[in-house]
Amino acid sequence: MSKNKTLEALKHAIVMGHLDSDDEGYDGMMEGTPGTMELVETALGDGIDPQVILTTFNEAMEKVGVKFESGEYLLPDMLASAECVGEAMDILEPKLAAGSGSGKGKFLIATVKGDLHDIGKNIVITMLKGAGYQVKDLGIDVPADDIVAAIKEYQPNYVGLSALLTTTMIEMEQVVKKIREAGFNDVKIFIGGAPTSEEFAKKIGADMHCRDAMDTIEKIEGTQDAS
Amino acid sequence: MSDNAMEYRKPLRVKPVERFSPSQIEAVHRASMKLLSETGIRCAGEEAAEIYRAGGCRVEEIHEGSRKQWQIYFLTQLLEDTLRQAPSQVVLGARDPKNTLLLDAASPSVYYGTGSETNVYLRSQLKDFSAEGGHTMEYPVFTEEPGSIKALCESAHLINQLDQVDFFIRNVNIQDEEITPENKDVNVFYAAMLNTTKHVQGGLTDPEALPTVMKMARMIGGDQEHLPMSFIVCPIKSPLSMVADSSQKVIAISRQKVPMVISSSPQGGSTAPIQEEGMVAQINAEILAGIALAQFASPGAPVIYGSVPVRARLDTLHDCYGAPEFIHYAMECAQMARYYGIPCYASAGVGDAKRPGMQAMVEKLYSYLGVASAGAQYIHYAFGLLAGTNTFSPLQAVLDNATVKMVKDILRTADFDEEGVEAAVKEIQTTAAGSGIFAKGIRKQLRKNRVSQTYEFLSEEKEDRVFVMAQHKLDSYLAEKGEGLPAAVIQQVREQIPGLLTIEPWKGGSV
Repeated sequence: MSKNKTLEALKHAIVMGHLDSDDEGYDGMMEGTPGTMELVETALGDGIDPQVILTTFNEAMEKVGVKFESGEYLLPDMLASAECVGEAMDILEPKLAAGSGSGKGKFLIATVKGDLHDIGKNIVITMLKGAGYQVKDLGIDVPADDIVAAIKEYQPNYVGLSALLTTTMIEMEQVVKKIREAGFNDVKIFIGGAPTSEEFAKKIGADMHCRDAMDTIEKIEGTQDAS
Repeated sequence: MSDNAMEYRKPLRVKPVERFSPSQIEAVHRASMKLLSETGIRCAGEEAAEIYRAGGCRVEEIHEGSRKQWQIYFLTQLLEDTLRQAPSQVVLGARDPKNTLLLDAASPSVYYGTGSETNVYLRSQLKDFSAEGGHTMEYPVFTEEPGSIKALCESAHLINQLDQVDFFIRNVNIQDEEITPENKDVNVFYAAMLNTTKHVQGGLTDPEALPTVMKMARMIGGDQEHLPMSFIVCPIKSPLSMVADSSQKVIAISRQKVPMVISSSPQGGSTAPIQEEGMVAQINAEILAGIALAQFASPGAPVIYGSVPVRARLDTLHDCYGAPEFIHYAMECAQMARYYGIPCYASAGVGDAKRPGMQAMVEKLYSYLGVASAGAQYIHYAFGLLAGTNTFSPLQAVLDNATVKMVKDILRTADFDEEGVEAAVKEIQTTAAGSGIFAKGIRKQLRKNRVSQTYEFLSEEKEDRVFVMAQHKLDSYLAEKGEGLPAAVIQQVREQIPGLLTIEPWKGGSV
């Protein structure tokens, strides 16, 4: 297969949400054929520049975004494509020259202390990885001090805080307060979860409120455009 | 095309809810047999009385002044044998063969369609309303007009486009000046068949029109085995009487072997007992007497068990469609029809509300769910009716289409097997060990049509926009050009069918 054909096949696999050869893809017919993971390995084996492969990821996800906007794709389809990119990035990331990653930035995310819910958070992670962000997931029930410590270590551009319970919303306020007290004033703080709102985000000093995963992507891309 | 090779319109298959226990069914059956054998049916039709007599019933002539009537007594064994002659499957053809319906008494497979012959056509239009503080909203305003050929054509065209409507019972009583008892039947059936490719059903005003209507239906249906239309006849005047002219229609139609609903519509509390066992014992007896007439006149004639029981309002004794008993009666009649192995015609989606709104939604929703869950094969009244059966609202029909879509999804049977369970276990194990999100599995189920869509008129805003969205949808449907007939067929019909007025296929355009 020529290099161009490999990249086209890779793009197609991502658009079809075809993770690997065990996966059946969007239309249920792709099991047994090379998926995103195999095609990334092939591309690297053929000597294709990792930066070019990264560009292919972006082109594929743009196409997926268009399909989602038109109503052809539903969120699960988009997630499947994002998962392909997220998994493939684990292979690609070490091959990229230092500092030449996607350039979109680092995102640290956690479900705050007292809350064990992580489905929304995990969907956001998949979408962020699919969009080319480097994501550090601290998991669930994370104390404010641990989040602040992780910011020091990981140096993220963005922090995402998730809570599903009204009782744990209050904890978000503490986390935001501690992040700012620790001097991380440039880190953009995103909050999300069923009980949260724009008003609540403003009240506790968070930068963004996200209704859902798509809203998160739109808002974070908005900060990219503005910068 | 033979029936074996035929592809039918997909019904909703349900697992029937049995409101009557088996012993209650037997008890009601015995009660109906007792009514028919001991009290009998008072019949005003002489030919019908003769047919009953020839069939083996005991017939007594009764004189009330100069008026002659006949009391028909049924021997239980004879009646049971006669009912077994009625086919358990009835095929209802359609202009588009893909819309052909198979009603199978042995299968609780449900179709929903329109019904009634409404006198009022309720048009709707969105208007802006404003309140203090700069608040504005859109809301429909309504205009009533008498039923007309134009309204019938418009509603047939609309029904053709509503994906949840399986059949079209003429839903507008055409009151144009040029309509006479002699020409009404051909014009009703022509207007309907011209504008919808779905099965068309209607009553017969004049039995003399039967051959002409059938001839026209053959021209329109082409070389199909099944006519694209069928009939409804209500020969019963409750309690336990049979009307002369309607009994003539039963006889004439059954002899042509054209499918026919034989119905009765007693009102619990005025023309039948209000309690369910009394209502169902009576309506069952009345319908069976009508079906027996068809089978005596023409053994094997395709008939449908036409149950339209309704409850009386307790303040006026008018029909009360919004009462839960309306649903109870219908569910129980579906069981009785199944007991006799005859497909069931039932009612749902009709209520007492006079305008679209919350009341209409509540009344309709529960009957859609209840009656279909009983496994009635052919549910009429389901789209657009308001004010009981007196008004047809195109806007309401669009709303009802969205509701029935959800109802069909709610009632669909759980169709998985051992393999499906194994696949689910694998999915759970894989996902639990991996991403923890099952979103990927959704796609496979979507492909299998096992994931329902949400309500068609969801609003993303903090304002209910259902009426606004439904009205826009209605306007777009009416702007579409209709699926008229080929020019050669129209010409043939116009040349050979007497009494037809100038009726054009739906042209669409701005509304």
